Amino acid sequence: MAIRLEKPWIELTAEAVGSLPGQLGVYQLADADGRVVSIGFAGGRSLFGLRSELERMVRERPAGATRFRYEVNQQYTTRYLELLMLHVADHGSLPEMNAADPPVRLGRLSPL
Amino acid sequence: MNLEPTEEQRQIVATVRRFVREEIVPLEAKLDPDASELPREDFERLTGMVRAMGFWGLDIPAEYGGAGVDLVTRTLMAVEMGQHRAGLYAPCYGVFGTAGLAQLYEATEEQKQKYLYPMLRGEKRGFFGLTEPSGGSDPARAIRTRAVKDGSDWVINGSKVFISGADRAHFGLVFARTDAEKGRGGITCFIVDTDMKGFHVRRIVHTLRSSNYATELQFEDLRVPHSNVLGEVGRGFAIANDRLTRQRIPYAAACIGVAVKAQELAIDYAQQRETFGAPLATRQAVQWMIVDNEIDIRTSLWLTLAAAHKADSGQPYRMEAGMAKLVASEAGGRVVDRAMQIHGGYGMTKDLPFERWYREMRIRRVGEGPSEVQRHVIARDLLGGGLR
Repeated sequence: MAIRLEKPWIELTAEAVGSLPGQLGVYQLADADGRVVSIGFAGGRSLFGLRSELERMVRERPAGATRFRYEVNQQYTTRYLELLMLHVADHGSLPEMNAADPPVRLGRLSPL
Repeated sequence: MNLEPTEEQRQIVATVRRFVREEIVPLEAKLDPDASELPREDFERLTGMVRAMGFWGLDIPAEYGGAGVDLVTRTLMAVEMGQHRAGLYAPCYGVFGTAGLAQLYEATEEQKQKYLYPMLRGEKRGFFGLTEPSGGSDPARAIRTRAVKDGSDWVINGSKVFISGADRAHFGLVFARTDAEKGRGGITCFIVDTDMKGFHVRRIVHTLRSSNYATELQFEDLRVPHSNVLGEVGRGFAIANDRLTRQRIPYAAACIGVAVKAQELAIDYAQQRETFGAPLATRQAVQWMIVDNEIDIRTSLWLTLAAAHKADSGQPYRMEAGMAKLVASEAGGRVVDRAMQIHGGYGMTKDLPFERWYREMRIRRVGEGPSEVQRHVIARDLLGGGLR
């Protein structure tokens, strides 16, 4: 089973984000070089799920993010942690924005 | 058998109840509905409060610095500690301390120095690695992970699944087959450091629950020194089995805690919510749901306390623990389901805790031995050990 998020990137614009579902799930942000700069989730307290979370990202543009991709997922907390652990396994460290505010305890994966 | 709480137990219950309602529940209003951890500063503050109350380390024997409470009191406390949104799998978010791996109390002094004491001090975390892709309910037959002696080491190959906390652990207990001919007598327990070469956490196993997620492990020529055998070679099954029986009692108690809270919310709502000009509580259909909830809760509680009482008094309690786990996990599911029905549409939302309890309570009928295995255990005790 593929565990990495490998969907195509979408330009981080108000128009693109405005058409997203109001569902719960996870997302990644990348800069112009395709470097993942942030991994986040739209949880049960998000007003309009992924749409409102990513609308906020359009406004804030963390770490120069220009692109995003997302996954609708009801298990957003464990999927979020999994994506963070995968990033550490693949790149040796957390994405820039997550490193500034890391989870309390992050586990360690050695995926195939 | 007198199961009425003593005055001291009543005071402990009242203290824990106040702690949950005044310290834990208000924090949950700010957390994600699926959160299973507190922000570090809240965790440390609350852990300090619990230590000051003398309740830290509930499952740690007093001689090792724990609270040293008996199992009946522990059951009563667990019922209270489960009465919040994350209460089923993360009661009070762990601020009462965790038992860790109780099997290590039987370790050698050298093993205790390296694993047990750091674990009790909160410096090291461990995992319990029993279940495999080939099965978890019948470990004596299902374990295919092999450990082969090579000089003074053992070389382990195989995999485990549904293992909680392995990705964050410093070490774990891994059960492996050391003699293919001996059935349950061919299983040995090894203490495995997670930074050893050949130890892999391959993935998170996503399930209905968000707390204490499970992982899948793989061992590839994992070399473990003989000094890391816990207990004796070929005696691993007894180590695993002892833990499985005792664990069923607090496991049942947590189900009861959630059921009690669900019932409390259902009663409040039924008395407030009006339909067709009268409160829901005046409708017989709703009254009966609330009555059935109460019967489920009390049946579960008395069975669980009876099991705890037997364990505390040194009597065999395997059958009673199985009954408690079976009844409480199934009853808990019914209670949450009825409470959701009484709440209508709001009962399905993440605004209220029911949907999380509903998902997580479903796992309780499978975790720590499914209902069918509990019935098998009970039948074996009733009908004789010849049953397979």
